[in-house]
Amino acid sequence: MQTIAVIDYGMGNLHSVAKAIEHVAGADDRVLVTDDADAILGAERVVFPGQGAARDCMNAISEHQLNRAILEAAASKPFFGICMGLQVLLQCSEENGGSDLLGLFPGQVVRFPGDMHDTQGNRLKIPHMGWNRVRQTQDHPMWSGVPEGSRFYFVHSYYVRPEDSGILAGVSDYGVEFTSVIASRNLFATQFHPEKSADHGLRLLQNFLRWNPET
Amino acid sequence: MLAKRIIPCLDVDAGRVVKGVQFVEIRDAGDPVEVARRYNEEGADEITFLDITASSDDRETIVQVVEQVAGEVFIPLTVGGGIRKVEDVRRMLNAGADKVAINTAAVFNPDFVKQAADRFGAQCIVVAIDAKRVSAEGESLRWEIFTHGGRKPTGLDAVEWAKKMVTNGAGEILLTSMDRDGTKIGFDLKLTRAIADAVSVPVIASGGVGNLQHLVDGVAEGGADAVLAASIFHFAEYSIHEAKDYMARRGVEVRL
Repeated sequence: MQTIAVIDYGMGNLHSVAKAIEHVAGADDRVLVTDDADAILGAERVVFPGQGAARDCMNAISEHQLNRAILEAAASKPFFGICMGLQVLLQCSEENGGSDLLGLFPGQVVRFPGDMHDTQGNRLKIPHMGWNRVRQTQDHPMWSGVPEGSRFYFVHSYYVRPEDSGILAGVSDYGVEFTSVIASRNLFATQFHPEKSADHGLRLLQNFLRWNPET
Repeated sequence: MLAKRIIPCLDVDAGRVVKGVQFVEIRDAGDPVEVARRYNEEGADEITFLDITASSDDRETIVQVVEQVAGEVFIPLTVGGGIRKVEDVRRMLNAGADKVAINTAAVFNPDFVKQAADRFGAQCIVVAIDAKRVSAEGESLRWEIFTHGGRKPTGLDAVEWAKKMVTNGAGEILLTSMDRDGTKIGFDLKLTRAIADAVSVPVIASGGVGNLQHLVDGVAEGGADAVLAASIFHFAEYSIHEAKDYMARRGVEVRL
């Protein structure tokens, strides 16, 4: 029996995340959508989703008094950040004229340049919305059964630029090459939405439920 | 690179798919959950539900449909039709929709788009635009926004309206040519190109698809980021996989 806590701080579509995890979970797995710090720290695994603007996410985390619980969980148990749940792990974001984030990893969150074009001269739209390839830049148990270059569903206008290239686990191309996945010890975080990425996304979530990193 | 998206659209009336669906193996042809499941298996990149329920008593059924589909189909889901208040948006998102499409309500209350985007984020707000050509032969091309299934003109210029909606917080534009809708002669490519070039957000082309080349044209000539079609998939003329295969062979980047 294990509990998977999905952190609920009022930002984003937690139902989709919880439903996708339930879909791949075993009979003994319990999925708990919660904003309770004790429940988060009591769970075996933690999923940290998020959507919306950086400042709104940070405000919501503070309002729910979850800063410490998130950082503690990220340091101590299998932890899966999704979309804004990746971005807020960095130091600061350009969004909203500059926003301080949780600061777990040195680095910035920056906006895609506004004047990007594809090879046919068509303007690249922002948000970056749709299915893009992820190149796996390190071997990782979470990539088990996920073919190199698989497509995942993205929707975002900003991307992470971590200072430590050692934590890169996946990169994607959209006008620029950007970090789409990071991995560090017990933490794995994706810019894309595994819960909306069909079979490959479900496979990642399934891998997460079985992943036993050293902490 | 980012793949161009193929989006099948289901018209749902009181919880049933209308326009007829003829998948060979599906017995209950009008069940939106079964149809959505099948589209997902065929490789649809997203699914759009358009609720055309007339009676308000039956409106709740679309929520149940979305809930059921979201529990077993793990790709983005968009719901349109009857989204008039912030509360409607919240209800659909809570049911498991990833985006809502706002159409007529945006015309009558442009601030609604802003309110919804501020509250839920631009990424889940699609503004649906029904446009019709109003310029005469020989004049420079101009399109206007129409409501009520293309019957009522609003006097709003389609290109200007699209820009305004993006300023108000639309994260995506679902563009339907009312001249082409149901004709099966292809998208209005000039309209698609005009809007796609005018706005910074993705544009979904809709209205007029009759064959697979039309999908290629919408992307290659129209500059659309995604293509939406109903009848060619409903009547099983083509599967989504066939559509993607066709597009890939003509150089369009798709998710196979």
